[in-house]
Amino acid sequence: MAVPTQPRHHILSVLVENKAGVLARVSSLFARRGFNIYSLAVAPTDDERFSRITIVVDAESSPLEQVTKQLFKLINVVKISELDPADSVEREMMMITVKAEGGGRSQVIELVDVFQGRIVDVGHDQMTVELAGPPSKLDDFEDLMRAFGISALQRTGRVALPKLERQPRRLPTSGLRAVSGKVG
Amino acid sequence: MKLNGGQALIKSLEMEGVEVVFGLPGGAILPVYDPIIDSPIRHILVRHEQGAGHMAEGYAHATGRPGVAMVTSGPGATNIVTPLADAMMDSIPIVVITGQVPSAAIGTDAFQECDIVGVTRSITKHNELVTSAQDIPRIIQEAFHIATTGRPGPVLVDIPKDLVDPNNPNSAMDWYWPDAVDLPGYKPTTKGHPRMIREAAKLIAEAKRPVIYAGGGILKARAAEALRELAELTGISVVTTLMARGAFPDSHPLCLGMPGMHGNYTAITSMQKSDLLIALGSRFDDRVTGKVGTFAPDAKIIHVDVDPAELGKVRRPDVPIVGDCRAVIEELIREIRELQATAGSGGTAQPDRSAWDAQLKAWQAQFPLRYEQGWGEGDALKPQYCIEALRDGSPEDTIVVAGVGQHQMWSSQFWRFNHPYTWVNSGGLGTMGFAVPAAVGAKVGMPGRTVWAIDGDGCFQMTAQELVTAASERIPVKVAILNNAYLGMVRQWQELFYEERYSEVYLSPDLPDYKMWAEAMGCVGMRVEHPEEVAPAIEKANAIDDRPVVIDFRVDWSEKVYPMVAAGTSNDQVILGPEMGEGGH
Repeated sequence: MAVPTQPRHHILSVLVENKAGVLARVSSLFARRGFNIYSLAVAPTDDERFSRITIVVDAESSPLEQVTKQLFKLINVVKISELDPADSVEREMMMITVKAEGGGRSQVIELVDVFQGRIVDVGHDQMTVELAGPPSKLDDFEDLMRAFGISALQRTGRVALPKLERQPRRLPTSGLRAVSGKVG
Repeated sequence: MKLNGGQALIKSLEMEGVEVVFGLPGGAILPVYDPIIDSPIRHILVRHEQGAGHMAEGYAHATGRPGVAMVTSGPGATNIVTPLADAMMDSIPIVVITGQVPSAAIGTDAFQECDIVGVTRSITKHNELVTSAQDIPRIIQEAFHIATTGRPGPVLVDIPKDLVDPNNPNSAMDWYWPDAVDLPGYKPTTKGHPRMIREAAKLIAEAKRPVIYAGGGILKARAAEALRELAELTGISVVTTLMARGAFPDSHPLCLGMPGMHGNYTAITSMQKSDLLIALGSRFDDRVTGKVGTFAPDAKIIHVDVDPAELGKVRRPDVPIVGDCRAVIEELIREIRELQATAGSGGTAQPDRSAWDAQLKAWQAQFPLRYEQGWGEGDALKPQYCIEALRDGSPEDTIVVAGVGQHQMWSSQFWRFNHPYTWVNSGGLGTMGFAVPAAVGAKVGMPGRTVWAIDGDGCFQMTAQELVTAASERIPVKVAILNNAYLGMVRQWQELFYEERYSEVYLSPDLPDYKMWAEAMGCVGMRVEHPEEVAPAIEKANAIDDRPVVIDFRVDWSEKVYPMVAAGTSNDQVILGPEMGEGGH
């Protein structure tokens, strides 16, 4: 089992009712305890009555357990799962505008190619690259681009789902540690 | 049936069986006040919105039914923030309806606009801004459901004026009443896990020094009968926290009384020395545990609570049980009976607890609560004596309502609570000024009972104006002010922990003149300065049933609440009186 690279980072997948104010209720529970939300992604699920919030939070496990229990008390929260990074698939998307002048230009293009990114906009001395993948891959690409000069960068925050079963004898819920669930 | 939103709101309250609303009108809620005239619901016009909130709480405390308050937007709504926080801390089911500026004006800093849903997000169990008149019945039904089920608590419904104003097309709606609530994210667990209940029964059967640690959840779950059965079946003694006074009769031989910062020595020490704490609807509050690291060090913990977030919040339980206290206790009793039956046919017998029981009795005999009322010339009137005289001179099922501070602790210590729902106080939030309006609410809910507010002079000055409400609405509550001319509890801490440097705690016994103030508010006012005047004054007060009564008891300013466990120290260090430790003269 792989050791997570950032042990204090926890990924919570929170299924909520798709209603006004729900995000504020969820985020204020973290803010109250001084927990910084590292990244957050929200969008409706396939059932438009519900949204899924993927929260990456920087916290020790035991206070986090208390927060998840408090989160679960919110009337609009339907289900909370903590995703173990080792047993889940995480993806993130990034757009990055880098300086690409002279010789640097071809080097940037080469690296975009290696990382399987896409150049989505080109100016006379800069270009904007789109890159999706595991968050660590985005980190690596960001580091490499730093040498050329980053003029703008936007990451989406990660989304994650539990890994699917390969071996039938494994329990169907592995990787999705249900912290609390209100629906069967 | 075509209704407007205001009519739909009142009709929804009627559908919920609401008999009384405490409130005060204003611009944004004005349209809702028109259909009230035609409704059988009684409206009690308060003098300050905080009063409406505490009345709703007092009503809910005493009756078990949800209290309802209705106020206008902006300052009306912010004035009820304290009662909402209070109800949240003490799990009191109330529904608060606030007016809001018209939908189109929201977010424009309109006159009397306040984002009350944002303000109260963390101090309500749930809150909702209504966005369509058609939603009103559903949202009101959900509000009552959420307030009263699971762990009870306050719910706020914020309604923009255009949705209730018959002159606005946005208020049009077709009346309906939902068959059932549909809240996919709200399914409180009520039934305890059978395996956990079995584990709990086993621990109880093995324990040598068990104590039942009963909290306010017993009362919320209407579980006082079940608790008594459990205690008598097992012979285990019971401590009742500040929120659980009355949940187990003080007259019962197994009752140890109140634990915690100002609990009695036996209740505190029994928990410290216990090998099994059976926590039923209690939450290991810091006022109960003292320094958590040294709290009940040898005890295993069975923790029963309807709120899963309470389990392990302060102390990790050995057996956690999520469920309604009454349902779980009843199951536990069944399980213990089964264990006892198998023990009779060759199973292991319960260990001998006679030494422990004898120890508890010895502590009770050695360390009773105490004070001395002198009867000589110039001997000051003791507040504890006033409370005992009130207790002895009033019906046994009197509802006692307290504010916050020394008088609250003495009331909890010296009253004998033998019935559930006879003690109403602000435990978690510690809201000064709670007593007078909460007593009014309790009396409205239980008009046949005698209701005494035992208040401090500092508390009384915060919300006394609600006696005008009580007098004009003919709600004959009684108020005993234990007037020591100080913010007494703060003064006590300054004496004990700040080297008697008294900073901003003196209030004066005569300013205001409480007797005249009471009379000005339409009440009977009395003043008592000497011990021999106490009983006759109480007798006179108890005979008055057509208006509120206020007695200004001029009590010893120097009296302190003992026993005391100083904040942040261990429950092993109980200060029994001034002769011991810090602050002893």
